[in-house]
Amino acid sequence: MIAKPILSASDAASLVQDAGAIMLGGFLGCGSPHTLIHALKQAGTRNLSLIACDTGIHDFRTGRITSQAHLVQNRQFRRLSVSHIGLNQETQRQLNAGETEVELVPMGTLAERIRAGGAGLGGILTPTGAGTEVEAGKQIIEAGGQRYLLELPLKADIAFVKARRADRGGNLVYHGTARNFNPLMATAATIVVAEVEEIVEIGALDPDQVHTPFIFVDFLVLAGRIES
Amino acid sequence: MEYREDKDIIARRIARFLKAGDVVNLGIGLPTLVANHMPEGVEVILQSENGMMGLGPAAAPGQADQDITNAGGALVTLRAGGCFFDSATSFGIIRGGHVDYTVLGALEVDQQGNLANYMVPGRMVPGMGGAMDLTAGARVVIAAALHFEPSGASRLRRRCALPLTASGKVDWVVTDLGLFRVRDGRFHLTECLGPCPPEWVVAHTDADIVV
Repeated sequence: MIAKPILSASDAASLVQDAGAIMLGGFLGCGSPHTLIHALKQAGTRNLSLIACDTGIHDFRTGRITSQAHLVQNRQFRRLSVSHIGLNQETQRQLNAGETEVELVPMGTLAERIRAGGAGLGGILTPTGAGTEVEAGKQIIEAGGQRYLLELPLKADIAFVKARRADRGGNLVYHGTARNFNPLMATAATIVVAEVEEIVEIGALDPDQVHTPFIFVDFLVLAGRIES
Repeated sequence: MEYREDKDIIARRIARFLKAGDVVNLGIGLPTLVANHMPEGVEVILQSENGMMGLGPAAAPGQADQDITNAGGALVTLRAGGCFFDSATSFGIIRGGHVDYTVLGALEVDQQGNLANYMVPGRMVPGMGGAMDLTAGARVVIAAALHFEPSGASRLRRRCALPLTASGKVDWVVTDLGLFRVRDGRFHLTECLGPCPPEWVVAHTDADIVV
């Protein structure tokens, strides 16, 4: 088994290209690759397209900013494909001011589109969003007497995911609800960087307990800061 | 008789829908209160769309695991026997009809069973999160809301004016005035909650209500 390179967070961030598409795992900061997000902010890479569950928390009143909200504030995204921006006032401001393009995607549809991207599917048929604005511009397919929306796959140039533990080969194990979008995104990007709290030797993980198979992971980064 | 808004009466009535063993997803805000009103001995299984079956109470101070949160990002616990899964599995459970009840907040709900709860264009754009999947897939969709907006307008409408979260999917609406079944393009007031009699509820709601 070949060991995967262990990178510094800043070396991993330099793999992100201006105007590229990036996936960030996490759900309101739980299971977000916080160390990599901070390195990407330092790198200042711009015009990115983000695919993520949400844009974290940015509260104008308290000044609290978490996870990818730091990147939104730093104006590093041109476009967002996300499900929820309710706790990020800056994202809502950029959307309403027409400064950033925001595609709001139902959360289950977002998950399946990423899964489809990684699984070689041409799209998925879902009843979610039928009869709502989500239908706009999409092909409707009737099957078995039901109306479905054809939702197209999502892929990215790079994914930053977060796991509790990796072996040197890149097998990943998640913990708690920090799993969320991470295993899906690990399948759907050209380059996959996993931020992990612990790296163990090849053979030290129980193969029955591995969540993300090692072939999906290109680089490992040790988590620095756990705080958002 | 005087109307005074009452969130707990809504949560208490919704809790009476639920039986032991039901799989239930409670939305953020008012719906979360339902968990506080479950009758003694009735244990429902709470699903949390961020990837958990068997959601437990809030984590005690100092005992929290940063990697165990609910869909609002709050630190919570997992009940014994509960489990975690990824977002595709979570929404497969939701869309696939494996959730018995979803309880969602409402900005507006109309007599066709349409629900609007995810945006006020130009003003408040939080995004739909999991709400569209929940209404598409849960066996029973319950909208929970105070009967009146702060402006005094009824949240029950003939037609929703706001962008829809769900088209024709709401089965029940529970407000602090009553329990309404949505059927055949009308609200059916099946039970009054609080002090207001049916005729008062009908007179103060701009929708077709069958008593």
